[in-house]
Amino acid sequence: MSAVVLETKGLVKRFGGVTATDNVSLRVEQGARHALIGPNGAGKTTLINLLTGVLEPTAGSIALLGEDITTLAQHKRVRRGLVRTFQINQLFNELTPLQSLALTVTNQRGASTGWWRPLGRDAVVAETCDRLLRQFRLDDVMDRKTVVLPYGKRRLLEIAIAIACRPRVLLLDEPVAGVPEGERQEIFETIDALPADVSVLLIEHDMDLVFNFARTVSVLVNGAVFAEGDVQSISTDPRVKAVYLGEGHD
Amino acid sequence: MSDSRVADRAPGRPKPARDPLKGSTDVPVGQGAVISLRSQARWRWWEFALAVAAAASWFLLPAHTPLLTEIAILALFAISLDLVLGYAGIVSLGHTAFFGVGAYGAALFATHVMPDPLVGLVVAIAVSSVAGALSSVLIMRGSDLTRLMVTLGLALVLFELANKLDHITGGADGLQGAQMAPLLGSFEFDLQGRVAYAYCLVVLAVGVYFARRVVKSPFGVSLQALRDNRLRAASIGLAVNARLAAVYTVAAGLAGAAGALSAQKTGFAFASLDVLAFHQSADVMLMLVIGGTGYLYGGIFGAIIFKLLQDLISAWTPQYWTFWIGLFLIVLMLVGRERLIRPWTWWRGGSTR
Amino acid sequence: MLTLLFDGIAYGMLLFVLAVGLAVTLGLMNFINLAHGAFAMAGGYVTVLLMERLGVPFLWCLPAAFLFAAAAGALLERTLYRPMYARPHLDQVLFSIGLVFMAVAAVDYFLGARQQIIQLPVWLQGRFDLPYVDVGKYRLFIIVVCAVLTLALQWILTRTRFGSRLRASVDDPRVASGLGLNVNRIFLVTFAVGSGLAGLGGALGAEVLGLDPTFPLKFMIYFLIVVSVGGTTTITGPLLAALLLGIADVAGKYYVPKLGAFIVYSLMILILVWRPQGLFARAVSR
Repeated sequence: MSAVVLETKGLVKRFGGVTATDNVSLRVEQGARHALIGPNGAGKTTLINLLTGVLEPTAGSIALLGEDITTLAQHKRVRRGLVRTFQINQLFNELTPLQSLALTVTNQRGASTGWWRPLGRDAVVAETCDRLLRQFRLDDVMDRKTVVLPYGKRRLLEIAIAIACRPRVLLLDEPVAGVPEGERQEIFETIDALPADVSVLLIEHDMDLVFNFARTVSVLVNGAVFAEGDVQSISTDPRVKAVYLGEGHD
Repeated sequence: MSDSRVADRAPGRPKPARDPLKGSTDVPVGQGAVISLRSQARWRWWEFALAVAAAASWFLLPAHTPLLTEIAILALFAISLDLVLGYAGIVSLGHTAFFGVGAYGAALFATHVMPDPLVGLVVAIAVSSVAGALSSVLIMRGSDLTRLMVTLGLALVLFELANKLDHITGGADGLQGAQMAPLLGSFEFDLQGRVAYAYCLVVLAVGVYFARRVVKSPFGVSLQALRDNRLRAASIGLAVNARLAAVYTVAAGLAGAAGALSAQKTGFAFASLDVLAFHQSADVMLMLVIGGTGYLYGGIFGAIIFKLLQDLISAWTPQYWTFWIGLFLIVLMLVGRERLIRPWTWWRGGSTR
Repeated sequence: MLTLLFDGIAYGMLLFVLAVGLAVTLGLMNFINLAHGAFAMAGGYVTVLLMERLGVPFLWCLPAAFLFAAAAGALLERTLYRPMYARPHLDQVLFSIGLVFMAVAAVDYFLGARQQIIQLPVWLQGRFDLPYVDVGKYRLFIIVVCAVLTLALQWILTRTRFGSRLRASVDDPRVASGLGLNVNRIFLVTFAVGSGLAGLGGALGAEVLGLDPTFPLKFMIYFLIVVSVGGTTTITGPLLAALLLGIADVAGKYYVPKLGAFIVYSLMILILVWRPQGLFARAVSR
């Protein structure tokens, strides 16, 4: 039994009369490749927002690496290694990919409050950015403002920024949303190449990718955990097929 | 633990090294990023040209020093607003609060403590920075409208305070205080204002240099990240509120410096309610918008254009120049700010956004 | 003391009528219109001109002020405001400041900078000396007119189809437009009515608040206080905020004249820091 890096206990989120998150107790293990699936509106993104501190839970608790983070501020959770990507790109439109990554890497090294020396003067930061840009194939657009980049590049940048944060627990919200078929595999291979000690919790709709990548799957329906198990048993569970995959389509 | 996974994977793809930030072994370390980052910090030729032009103006335009001095002061004021507005994205309708605090601070200091201009400048910067730090809590939460309101409200509160506490500030008549001591002990403020202009130019240059360092630094880029996407900024681990407080403080200090200069420039300590009036906040915002936000020098160009416009229009219609400024604003906003500073887009249809 | 309360209520109701258009415009179009006060000023000056130059009785000037300001609002909305809706707030602010500057200077040029005096009809002058309270006849008139207007507004909003369309558009313009509502027309009508109400308020308030070319700038902060403290999602929010503001201002100026408006501004800052979405607003989808 490996260590639990991220855990929620009885997490509840209510918006007025709507219960978006219903008593969710989720455990993400060390080195996990854990997928979170469920029909649209099941509350998957809400759960990610709760985990990262964008939303405050109505009840329940969250623990990261054994420490309670339920009331911890967003940016402090990131410092402890809990990093996420967004389903809809959340980028710094007026900055270039190079600047965005340089800022993230500099912040990771604890130097982002520096106000005298220019950004990227540190050679380690610059070289790290260079590797990241090449790895995510952004080096040819590194000096163009993010707002003019095509969607595929923006998606890659979205993930690159998260990787630059040196996550210990990485929450990916539909990382390949809107990305054409041919490029999806590439992105997933990058995620797959993450070291074993980075634990990944992934929201995804593309079932092929889920079954190729994940080892554990949790199914969320109406805000509650409907089923949970390893990828084999979930993929053959008739209840899951009924509620999620619809009328027998594959 | 990971090895059992390898068997499941599609064969043929070599496993990269551990840390993705160190890159896989087949990706060579390039210098592209290094070179690009280095070049972003480099001084451009036109920055030097600007500095030379400013210095030259002191020698070549002695008859215009009063106007030029005002331009220099407003430029510093506008640059301070650029930090808040252009770089951090905070719409403030009351930035003149700090200009006023600096002005009254310097005037009162010269009158009641000591008339040395440089010490007064430092004191004014300190006081306005504190004011900025304290009032930064106002701008952390809420929508654009709320921020507009509280910044406007703060400036109005200070205006009212200055108005009512007339035994300290001189109220509507203004504060006419002591004669300023010679600069650095030897340069007396002359009647033509040449010493004052040199003084203001030097302070402006120092202010620009300092601001330039800040905006090119990791802190400065983090401000732009805040402006572009506050949610993502927090999601990469940036402490949003602390940075807002910091930039607000710095900007207030620079605005206070500009205010102090305006109080000292005549050689006699002087401050009036005008330094806290609403139109001052509106004017400086207009200047910045004319010159362009977010690249630091917009304040300088904007101040020059604004002041020249004001002089021109006032000569023609002294009483109703606000009408023409209003018209100019409306046209400018309808046409689009970005197109103003890119004259080649004026003949092209469609938006540049 | 009750007299103060009465005066404060009158002042507050007046502020409400003046500011309600701004609240709805902001809630509907998400547009920060600092020039709202200019429409109020227009209504005031129309009244003065009609009364002085054409001898029109005061009561007839009120609907005239409304119509003139509404027409001006409709024209400006269609031509100048509409392109600005999608712009960033900074642009909107500067745009509306430009309008104010133009309006103030134009009025100054054509009509002079002095305070305009309105000669109230005889039956509105004077006051009733009741046991504990001095009821000024004109202030009573203001309260009655504004109360009627408020009720009418509330009725329109809740009982008519236009009202429900308006509320839908405020809640979520994209969805409303997707449902087939002609959002442009709703904007136009709403803006016109809001400006018209401001004009009416300006006419009503000329005697109480004073009327000169600097009116839009002087009172802009008050309108903004009503809107930001009261919120933009209800009618009752700004109403309560306006009443609070009216009473606080009147009481403040009476009890602590040295500090004057300082109290009001400070209160506003404190309220907004405590509750940035306004004292009375409910959560919006935006």
